[in-house]
Amino acid sequence: MKKLRDRAVALLDEGTVSLVIGYEEGTKRPRPLFCRNSETARKLIFDSRCFHNLAVYVTKKELVGKERFAVTAPISTLRSILQLYVENQLSEDKLLVLTVDTSGELREFVTFDEISAYVAQFEMKRGEREQEILAKIEGMTREERWKFWMAEMSHCFKCYACRSACPLCYCTKCVVEINRPQWINPWPSPLSNMEWHVNRAMHMVGRCTACGACGDACPVGIPIDLITRKMMEDLAPEFGYIPGQPAKQGNALSSWKLDDREQFIR
Amino acid sequence: METKYISQGGLAQWFESIVASGKRVYAPVNSRGQVDFKLVKKLSEVADDYIQTTQSIKASVYPKAEVLFTYEKEHGKVNLTDFDPDTIPETVLWKVHPCDAAGFKPLSAIFNWDSADKLHNAHLVKTSVISFSCAKADESCFCTSVNGSPGNTAGSDVQLTVLPDGGAIAEILTPKGEALVALLPSVFEADRGDKKEQCLVDLPARFSLEEVNAKLNKAFNSTVWKEQSERCIGCGACAFVCPTCACFDIQEDVHGSKGRRIRCWDACGFALFTLHTSGHNPREHQSQRWRQRILHKFSYMPDRLSVVGCTGCGRCSRACPVDMNILEHITSIAKQ
Amino acid sequence: MSQKNTYLPYLMTIDKVIKEAPGVKTYRLKFQDESEAAAFDFQAGQFGEYSAFGEGESTFCIASSPTRKGYIECTFRDTGRVTSGLASLEEGSTMGFRGPYGNVFPLDEWKGKNLVFIAGGIALPPMRCVIWNALDLRENFKEITIIYGAKSVNDLVYKNELKEWEERPDVKMVTTVDPGGQTSDWKGEVGFVPTIVEKVAPSADNTIAIVCGPPIMIKFTFPVLEKLGFTDSQVYTTLENRMKCGVGKCGRCNVGKLYICKDGPVFSKEELNFIPAEEY
Repeated sequence: MKKLRDRAVALLDEGTVSLVIGYEEGTKRPRPLFCRNSETARKLIFDSRCFHNLAVYVTKKELVGKERFAVTAPISTLRSILQLYVENQLSEDKLLVLTVDTSGELREFVTFDEISAYVAQFEMKRGEREQEILAKIEGMTREERWKFWMAEMSHCFKCYACRSACPLCYCTKCVVEINRPQWINPWPSPLSNMEWHVNRAMHMVGRCTACGACGDACPVGIPIDLITRKMMEDLAPEFGYIPGQPAKQGNALSSWKLDDREQFIR
Repeated sequence: METKYISQGGLAQWFESIVASGKRVYAPVNSRGQVDFKLVKKLSEVADDYIQTTQSIKASVYPKAEVLFTYEKEHGKVNLTDFDPDTIPETVLWKVHPCDAAGFKPLSAIFNWDSADKLHNAHLVKTSVISFSCAKADESCFCTSVNGSPGNTAGSDVQLTVLPDGGAIAEILTPKGEALVALLPSVFEADRGDKKEQCLVDLPARFSLEEVNAKLNKAFNSTVWKEQSERCIGCGACAFVCPTCACFDIQEDVHGSKGRRIRCWDACGFALFTLHTSGHNPREHQSQRWRQRILHKFSYMPDRLSVVGCTGCGRCSRACPVDMNILEHITSIAKQ
Repeated sequence: MSQKNTYLPYLMTIDKVIKEAPGVKTYRLKFQDESEAAAFDFQAGQFGEYSAFGEGESTFCIASSPTRKGYIECTFRDTGRVTSGLASLEEGSTMGFRGPYGNVFPLDEWKGKNLVFIAGGIALPPMRCVIWNALDLRENFKEITIIYGAKSVNDLVYKNELKEWEERPDVKMVTTVDPGGQTSDWKGEVGFVPTIVEKVAPSADNTIAIVCGPPIMIKFTFPVLEKLGFTDSQVYTTLENRMKCGVGKCGRCNVGKLYICKDGPVFSKEELNFIPAEEY
């Protein structure tokens, strides 16, 4: 961690980057930190408690500006960065990625391929919380699952924290912000909440890397990240990609070839 | 205003009598890993070991989605059906904290500013608040910095201060409180002279409102807004869990020739909030929206409505995914 | 005590539809309920929330003068969901109206003064109410000048009334179109509104200037008036902001300590200096 901090301080002092996005100690747990000078960078920390997906900031032009910047990235952030590269939201010359590997060594990545090779070593695994809830849901019938999620949806009040926390929700005009036609009703009600979340899940197909940011952000405790995680787990083998890594053949729902395996469309 | 003593057994009996009276009783309940107000029938359902509920009780007088009126189009004519206040049931909120009860004042100030909001007032009239003073607090609480306190009775109809023996000091504050007590007056015994202050948590004030107000009046162009808001993701959680945030949206729920005009919660933190149809957005940066949030609560509301738009409940800080700790921010502004 | 539901609109019948310019219409509205019609009153400067049932509400000023009884008028451009819903209605259709909201042009304070009205494009409607109000009480004011411009001849609104104002001997009417917007038989001025104001050079002595237009026009007109000697208390404008409830509760139009729907939409330049310019 100290090596990462020192490196960040050096990068800012040398002027190699104009900004380092990382983590600092927060009230109860680490929180994002924007270092625009080396003094601030001395507050940087990096350990297993740092879980916020900092990739959510890299597409915000008003924050990162036009110059080169760096991000300290745990594995979940790395996966999102990869997906953003594939979706043409990032360019290699603008972003420097710092991380600390499992043996405590500082790693620095400049190219997409370097990040990709590093990420490939890590298998996507469910954590304890995910396993507990998903195992319960997997034991339910379809009707029971619908009831479970509709009950969760009754709590949603359409704050869109899930959308705001997701690094892949970078659309300048979200589908719910279109009112001609009004695809999704903006007020909270169990059915319109379900419409929103199903819609978001569909927009996440083949893109979500189950970082859990949406579920963590939800103020009313809906495990919304499990919907897209389970979708990722189910669809990866179906569409032939590795969960957590961008599909080389393109996004599951936005590309189609004549020799695709799927039978349902024939 | 009258002070009485009620025993632990008496509390349970009184609770039952309120439920039995047919009023809807909402109380904090442990569910899905959070504590939130839910409809309850038994005292055993009420949660015990927590500091604060995740959401405020503002939904009882300002629902997250509410029908303003309904309409029906027929042969070129339109028939309107107004909101009917008689459809609101009598509601009792049990075990509200003083910071939440105090939140009714800024909320109602907005809804009754110059013109009276019929819907809000209809809810208010049918709602009674039984608050419990606070013996505990956490690092996010700061009621004492915003004209509040762990034993503040503002907004409460009855306030209970739990005593070591499980009974409570009962302060009966309003006619609504008296009416609730009248459901089972026998359990209310004479005041034993217990000292309320000894049961309250000690929460020193962290900043002075006057100092903050004075600093804020000069702070519009300060760099502090950008610095403080960089990690804000504009999610709206803070506004939605806040007991005093009242900003709303008005939308149309259309079903063929019938429809409902609906009011639902909105937040000044959303990018769309001030967007003009022309595409011009006066607050296009998150830092401007963060500034609006703070100034509105701590500067504009005190100026225009003589009430602070914050009760120090700390929910916004607890709910924020990226730890936008409002206490931290206000304290740093006060120190500037 | 039964309170009135602020959000429940009056039902109005569209009495007349006038096509002003491409995408711009004026609706003359009459109250369906006679007692509501009799009780209704407003003053120049106020606005309302107009409903297209099935789409929502939109904020427009009341474009007719309060001196004309029995109806109100609104002029709007078809730009979004609600305005296109309104635009699809015909004479005889029902729409909704909530109001009057907001503050008023202080015509009483302006008695005995010269008035200069400066407007651009679709911003003439908010001024039309006060122009007609002043003309209907003509003897109260000294010289009245109207300077109005639009992008092109076609985009000028209230074309018939512009002609009426031009033909009145007690009004100085100057109409202009942006360079390139003139037709071959155009007899008015050619130039942006701020330029024409500078050319007309109204005297600031005992005069009130009322300006309304797109932000860019206002930005360049204010300095011209300053150069002509107008102090901030002599210049008035009416602002438009994103609004929903119209009564100071939904928070959308809150700018600085002011709410455009309550403290405005009419502001003197002096008052505007107190609210952050970047936020409206």
